[in-house]
Amino acid sequence: MSSLIVETPGLLTTVQDLGRLGYGPLGVSPSGAADPVALRLGNLLVANPPGAAALEMTLVGGTFVFPEGAVIALAGADFGPIVNGRVIDMWMPHAVPAGGRLNLGATKNYARCYLAIAGGIRVDSFLGSAATHLLSGLGGLQGRALRRGDVLQLGRAARHISQKRASPAALNILRPHQNLRVTDGPQVDRFSEQLKHAFYRTPFRVSEQSDRLGLRLDGPRLSIDDGGEMITEGVTLGAVQITPSGQPIILGVEQQTSGGYPKIANVIGADLHRLGQLRPRDEVRFERTSLAVARSLWIDQERLLSNPAQLFV
Amino acid sequence: MRFCAASDRALLVYLGEEISLPVHERVLKLLRVLQANPPDWLRNIQPAYCSLLVTFDPCVTGHAEVEVALREFEKRAEWSRPSKPRTVEIPVCYGEEFGPDLDEVAKLHQLTPEEVVRQHSCQSYHVYFLGFAPGFAYLGDLPPALATPRLELPRRRVPAGSVGIAGRQTAVYPFATPGGWRLLGRTPLVLFRGDRKPMSLLSIGDRVRFRPITRDEFQQRVQA
Repeated sequence: MSSLIVETPGLLTTVQDLGRLGYGPLGVSPSGAADPVALRLGNLLVANPPGAAALEMTLVGGTFVFPEGAVIALAGADFGPIVNGRVIDMWMPHAVPAGGRLNLGATKNYARCYLAIAGGIRVDSFLGSAATHLLSGLGGLQGRALRRGDVLQLGRAARHISQKRASPAALNILRPHQNLRVTDGPQVDRFSEQLKHAFYRTPFRVSEQSDRLGLRLDGPRLSIDDGGEMITEGVTLGAVQITPSGQPIILGVEQQTSGGYPKIANVIGADLHRLGQLRPRDEVRFERTSLAVARSLWIDQERLLSNPAQLFV
Repeated sequence: MRFCAASDRALLVYLGEEISLPVHERVLKLLRVLQANPPDWLRNIQPAYCSLLVTFDPCVTGHAEVEVALREFEKRAEWSRPSKPRTVEIPVCYGEEFGPDLDEVAKLHQLTPEEVVRQHSCQSYHVYFLGFAPGFAYLGDLPPALATPRLELPRRRVPAGSVGIAGRQTAVYPFATPGGWRLLGRTPLVLFRGDRKPMSLLSIGDRVRFRPITRDEFQQRVQA
């Protein structure tokens, strides 16, 4: 069976797929790729099912060796991929020869780069998914980030590559940006007009203290006068919670499943992958939209992602 | 019953506006009916004290349709009988390095540490729901005499098995996570294991009792 050897892991590299949705009653959040669109496209480029397990790298990539060779594709942020000393393009399949080495460096644009490998990565499934959940140490490879010397088993795959690459037009539609569209959160009425105004008119900056659980934002403080006490309830991916100190936290894929902070807004489904590409110190602006618009944007995006004729050239 | 959109793919349904056993029984009954007859649009359910967060597939349905469906489920749930609660005993070694906040909590309430332990372990608690992290059970209600606010500054790392209190709630941390609850003790039991069936020691609707144990018993059970 083919394998991948981790020579250097990069800053934070984990095995991810599309996560495990449906385990709320156990307190288990979905986890999975922070940019699921990039993961899906990467997998499609190497002829995998869109939700196959791949590697998610964060800000700085690693070095990986393929003793038996492999067909790979890199999607998401550009970490400057090099195979055996030659720069390779993002967003298209490449055949790595036996013993070939893939080097990745620091990001040139966004937060996360995905390495998809034909056949996918084989790890034990936890609740039906290969996704690593770092907080609980479950899923992925022993529930942890990759380390030097780790060996990952790869699934069976054909060695030939199809010549397609992702269409620039499709990538342009799906590209990350720093304007996050949101719908009203369940406690929006507890925020004064002044606070809502500050939320929508002022840019925020992603704090260094951000991870897969959530993004903390620096900017105007949005504390509710009465402190915002509320009864703990279920919280959604992309929820914008406001802590008692007035700091917004946007919940990420490895989110807590319940919380007791009031939520002013929620990132729309069609922008969740963009949330996963924000880096510390990036500027973020919020743009309010309606549930109806959010839903139609999502349906359009899903239609695009399921149409190979539009996705690849 | 009150409905509120949480996101473009999730609806919150509130079955009351307070933390109470009757409200929670309605939450549990609606959860059970939904779990027994999951509609094709259903993606996830997150129960809590008085609400359920229902996530759906927005390609298939929308908030208005989900609300109509949930009203129907709630009618059926009203007639369902709640299952008999299971009681789970959790051994706890209180105080010292296992419960670094025990003395402080005692001082705040002008009680002795022994009296805090007695009050914490002399009654049973209701599992309102699992949330925050895998297997983290929100247990209530703490005796009013022990109700204590969270720490001003949360700890960066609370050891797995730590038993904490916050407000009228108590809980056991299944994993080493950051946390702001005041820690009274620690259990040698493993609250959540991916390779065990069921994975979570506790589930929604269970009853929990804490039993004080000695350090020796704690060490023996950790090694076992």
